[in-house]
Amino acid sequence: MSALTKAEMAEQLFEELGLNKREAKEIVEAFFEEIRLSLESNEQVKISGFGNFDLRDKSSRPGRNPKTGQDIPISARRVVTFKPGQKLKARVETYAGPDSDF
Amino acid sequence: MTKSELIEKLAAAQGQLTAKDMELAVKMILDHMSDALARGERIEIRGFGSFSLHYRAPRVGRNPKTGEPVSLPGKYVPHFKPGKELRERVNPEAAHIDA
Repeated sequence: MSALTKAEMAEQLFEELGLNKREAKEIVEAFFEEIRLSLESNEQVKISGFGNFDLRDKSSRPGRNPKTGQDIPISARRVVTFKPGQKLKARVETYAGPDSDF
Repeated sequence: MTKSELIEKLAAAQGQLTAKDMELAVKMILDHMSDALARGERIEIRGFGSFSLHYRAPRVGRNPKTGEPVSLPGKYVPHFKPGKELRERVNPEAAHIDA
């Protein structure tokens, strides 16, 4: 199955909200950019009904290059995690799997 | 940042639309994303990340009050994998060694 992309989201805004194509594209782009900007400034993003984008600081840990087997320390870093909200979790839970016809 | 703050920022940056219209647009984007995941479809946003479903196998849980075993069916849960640009932007110091 094909994945949902920004182009399809913009197309829907164009068709259902009557925005022109350029505006629709800009809004979808800005939507994701505002979330990135917030996370970049170390601020969590809470989208009720969908989920939260949180930041976690990871300390450094020993790692290994899987190709060469060489030990390389993995440096301390900040990572984004997504915690789905109740509503999204409930909707997805009922998905019957790729073999179902629904 | 909350959803309403996100809507305000988008409306302020996009002079053409009213806050009300922007609220509708954001709701539509989020519904579109939720609908896709509910159908088992992936979402791929370059530079931001991808959303997909992960399967959780059936297991025997317990009623925390009574301690009684409860069999829980298998289910799908949403999963987000941050894209390269997002990983680098939240983590500028380590960007150059990001795998």
